[in-house]
Amino acid sequence: MGPVTAGVLQALALIGALALAHIPLGNHMVRVYTSPRHLRIEKWIYRGIGADPDTEMRWPAYLRGVLAFSFAGVLFLYLLQRLQGVLPGSLGFDSVAPAQAFNTAASFVANTNWQSYYGEQTMGHVVQTAGLAVQNFVSAAVGMAVAVALVRGFARARTGELGNFWSDLVRGVTRVLVPLAVVGALILVACGVVQNFSGIHEVGQFTGGVQQWNGGAVASQEVIKELGTNGGGYFNANSAHPFENPTPFSNLFEIFLILLIPVALTRTFGLMVGSVRQGYAVLATMAALWIGFVALMMWTEFAHPGPAPQAAGGAMEGKELRFGIGGSSLFAVTTTLTSTGAVNSFHSSYTGFGGGITMLGMMLGEIAPGGVGSGLYGMLIMAVVAVFIAGLMVGRTPEYLGKKIGPREIKLAALYILITPALVLVFTSLSMALPTPPDSMLNPGAHGFSEILYAFTSAANNNGSAFAGLNADTDWFNTTTGLAMLLGRFLPMVLVLALAGSLAAQQPVPATAGTLRTEKPMFSGLLAGAVLIIVGLTYFPALALGPLAEGLA
Amino acid sequence: MTIRVQEHEDAMSAPTTPTASTPSGAGVLKPAQLLASLPEAFRKLDPRVMVTSPVMFVVWIGSVLTTVFSFKDPGDWFGWTISAWLWLTVLFANLAEAVAEGRGKAQADTLRKAKTDTVARRVDGGTVPGTALRVGDLVVCEAGDVIPGDGDVVEGVASVDESAITGESAPVIRESGGDRSAVTGGTKVLSDRIVVRITTEPGKTFIDRMISLVEGAARQKTPNEIALNILLASLTVVFLLACATLPSFADYAGARLTLVVLVALLVCLIPTTIGALLSAIGIAGMDRLVQRNVLAMSGRAVEAAGDVSTLLLDKTGTITLGNRQAAAFVPVRGTTEAEVADAAQLSSLADETPEGRSVVVLAKERYGLRERHRGELVGAEWISFTAQTRMSGVDVDGRRIRKGAAGSVTAWVRERGGEVAEDTERLADGIAEAGGTPLLVAVEDADGARILGVVHLKDVVKHGMRERFEELRRMGIKTVMITGDNPLTAKAIADEAGVDDFLAEATPEDKMALIKREQAGGKLVAMTGDGTNDAPALAQADVGVAMNTGTSAAKEAGNMVDLDSNPTKLIEIVEIGKQLLITRGALTTFSIANDVAKYFAIIPALFAAVHPGLDKLNIMRLSSPDSAILSAVIFNALIIMVLVPLALRGVRYRPMSADRMLRRNLAVYGLGGLVAPFVGIKLIDLLLSLIPGIG
Repeated sequence: MGPVTAGVLQALALIGALALAHIPLGNHMVRVYTSPRHLRIEKWIYRGIGADPDTEMRWPAYLRGVLAFSFAGVLFLYLLQRLQGVLPGSLGFDSVAPAQAFNTAASFVANTNWQSYYGEQTMGHVVQTAGLAVQNFVSAAVGMAVAVALVRGFARARTGELGNFWSDLVRGVTRVLVPLAVVGALILVACGVVQNFSGIHEVGQFTGGVQQWNGGAVASQEVIKELGTNGGGYFNANSAHPFENPTPFSNLFEIFLILLIPVALTRTFGLMVGSVRQGYAVLATMAALWIGFVALMMWTEFAHPGPAPQAAGGAMEGKELRFGIGGSSLFAVTTTLTSTGAVNSFHSSYTGFGGGITMLGMMLGEIAPGGVGSGLYGMLIMAVVAVFIAGLMVGRTPEYLGKKIGPREIKLAALYILITPALVLVFTSLSMALPTPPDSMLNPGAHGFSEILYAFTSAANNNGSAFAGLNADTDWFNTTTGLAMLLGRFLPMVLVLALAGSLAAQQPVPATAGTLRTEKPMFSGLLAGAVLIIVGLTYFPALALGPLAEGLA
Repeated sequence: MTIRVQEHEDAMSAPTTPTASTPSGAGVLKPAQLLASLPEAFRKLDPRVMVTSPVMFVVWIGSVLTTVFSFKDPGDWFGWTISAWLWLTVLFANLAEAVAEGRGKAQADTLRKAKTDTVARRVDGGTVPGTALRVGDLVVCEAGDVIPGDGDVVEGVASVDESAITGESAPVIRESGGDRSAVTGGTKVLSDRIVVRITTEPGKTFIDRMISLVEGAARQKTPNEIALNILLASLTVVFLLACATLPSFADYAGARLTLVVLVALLVCLIPTTIGALLSAIGIAGMDRLVQRNVLAMSGRAVEAAGDVSTLLLDKTGTITLGNRQAAAFVPVRGTTEAEVADAAQLSSLADETPEGRSVVVLAKERYGLRERHRGELVGAEWISFTAQTRMSGVDVDGRRIRKGAAGSVTAWVRERGGEVAEDTERLADGIAEAGGTPLLVAVEDADGARILGVVHLKDVVKHGMRERFEELRRMGIKTVMITGDNPLTAKAIADEAGVDDFLAEATPEDKMALIKREQAGGKLVAMTGDGTNDAPALAQADVGVAMNTGTSAAKEAGNMVDLDSNPTKLIEIVEIGKQLLITRGALTTFSIANDVAKYFAIIPALFAAVHPGLDKLNIMRLSSPDSAILSAVIFNALIIMVLVPLALRGVRYRPMSADRMLRRNLAVYGLGGLVAPFVGIKLIDLLLSLIPGIG
């Protein structure tokens, strides 16, 4: 079996597994977010935080919950890092410097997991487990809660109420993420991922030097890193590290974990709005983009010209031999089309076009299928925009799922699609124009520019993956990427919840033969086209000067 | 340049479309019109006017910047040429709007002539100028007077020439009380004397509103237009960011971007095509209604018309011809059809109602019975139809023949000691069940009084209505027939006409309840009406079209007035509403799709010098960087003018399902929008490369 066939078979196996697994999970999540009953442990939590899980919230109240909870998370995580030097169980590491502590706190609360530090050399057990791992769960649950609130906006009529944030948050953790993580962690351990609290081991190298290796609760962190589309690795090498991702099977399983919840949420969405087909139309768009990107990536990586790649059977630089081009391409596309940012290979070492594909994946807004929750709401916002333009062409005021897209709705959607391009372009431009930030580049020319463009694209879209090559641990990059992550996460949430509120208040318009059918393949195609054109037009000049210039050279 | 823009007839060619007010020259753009609108287009360059269209305002600022820049470097022909084409882009946009507005101006001038200074004679004797009238004033108008203001006739009856507003020269009758009491200021009394109670302040009369409407002065942006403007503004900001951040990226790559080039790139990318034509599309949509003699009081109503999912249509005049007609003669046992026909014809000669005339016509057409004149039958005594007796007939040659309503004729036969044939009732009921109205024909002669047979009167559904309703169904619009008939009759006609539902024995309250019920389900409802008792329902409906012949209460309540008073027009109004939205969507899609080709022209031109690989993106093989940028800018400007006729006329609209319409419009405007600029820019580049010094 050649490496190309292996790559294709892996992709097919992945699609098959997701096709089976998303159905029970999608159905389960409908029950999670609609059931009136609370588990005992949930009642304890509500009592502990003093929240009433049964009050219905209008969008401002829901938003206040999201922001208050996340702000508290940033503060807690920042203090935890600043105090690491005096906390027990820290493997003797010092407190983290202010700029880096802010960056890391912002990064994990924003579900980005951009890391400007070396995990195994900076964070001890307490910060890793009580700080970072906790945020891996709750930041994912926040994203799912906001998505569910938007779905309720579509599903409900003549009410401003979007559900209860605390209940959605807690249930996302207790009923979805934790049970899945437990099962996933056991499978990972079975694959050979480490799970212990051992200290640092000094290991002799073949060439004579000494290397420091440490263990830790890796499998438990690894599973939620993928499942919650977080991406923050226990080790700096992330999923390329053999302790995090030892075998081709664990590699495929991790990709499966990344895609599982975002894919299943489309079914949850369909069921909650009363038409599974509406959910599948959205999923079809996501799937088409994902498959297209995988195909392009494999093609450019396998077919890259030059003597070294031809000898190796493809562009193997920066890729692990145990994953090969197929397993690496699948991982790279999946991690950048979701808001994960975990890596099992070095994106900087991909071919010019390959690097461009990872960047474009993030620039799409991470909606194919995107981060947990954020992928669904991002795609639904794009659907609102696509419906608005295409809906006019059938001669009616545009409507999606029976809800009219009027001035208020389009204002919120238009601002949403403005935010990340503004953050990416402005911060990249400032970094290029100021005298010192370009010093962080490892490479000259177009590749150097790509490093900075990639960093802000990753931060503003809450991906967290790094192109590698850029020294991001400077005050400038720690501060600006930190801001980009927070603004790129929470400004869109404000708009999504406002939109949800305005949709929920509407009386739905019954569908007739004159209504644009949004559950048809035609619409899925239209949506994919709208996503590609709007994003493509926004970033084309920047991409031309980075990956395109490199790829066409 | 060969941009294929669909040239189409107006889609309103269904069989029932009235031809009385066919617009003249609709959709044709004459050079003279462009020339006449040019001064207005220049006037609109005022920044205070430009700012209302965010996209074009950005182009305006860009033009100013490049012009200033060119003054600093007067020898740079490229800067000057770009500046000139940017100004042209702005000017073309203004021209499109000015042409759209100009079409209304001519009509407004005609209306102004009708609004001459009038003198009002108060009923108490004094005279005041028409402009000093107040609501509630009573004024007298006699033959030859121009009515000084809008109002209701409270005394008298007069024939009035309303041609000033309707264009229809035949005079109409206006009388106190009832549904024909409204008079419009500016119309002229031809005969008799009426007393009018003024109902509208001067300056707010119907004719004043008409003037401001057709001129576009009262034009407010509609919700959908506002929404589209927001989306376009947001896209403009995105491209502004993309262009503003580009110099820092380019500097690093070693390419120097001048301000002129950056502005050119920006103008090419922002959605100028739709931005330039957006207001022209809206004005032209209103104008299309005006050309069909419909006045929409707000653009919002026109947009709502596109969304309507339930149409309430009055049976009489809309679905059926105004009157019932005789369709068959049915004999009772023992008589023949010819006998019934003969008796029916004789007895109807004295019946001047349309029903009576139709009996005579049927007898002639079906049984070849020559129409006999009343003078031919010597000694005949004619009994005319009256509402009291509900019978007509004739006494001649010892025979007394009667024809009329079942109850009246039966009573007449019984009075004379005659027998009512036992199958009479069965036959009459059969006709009623089929939706018809039975008339009995009876005779009294030597054999005594007896029923001869039954005339079957039925409503005649207008030709082509069934197909029309079928079309509406395909568009997802439900039709409900409103009638005062009993449910049985209503059902029969509803089935024949193919409407989806009917409301029988309808009272104004029933109509109102029906509208509210539909609206509670999220549907938008359109209806027509003319009487005062229609006013609440007209106000409740999302699209309420009042007939111009109706009362002023009805005209106030509706959001549209049909000057032709043709209820069928509701269907056309819906189509115009849809066409308006489709045109906006199509040009937006076209505009955005255009950008792809422009990037392929401009990006290689800007950066191929520093990254030679990028020249592979120059798939159009444009001759030089300057020519590439210039070609894109010129294409961007010219496409506006190319699309002006389409914006004014509207995209072709044919009733079809949303799916088919989307597929068709996506293919034409989406795919067309992708391909057209590649061809256009290449052609412009070929022409430019012939100029020495560019190629």
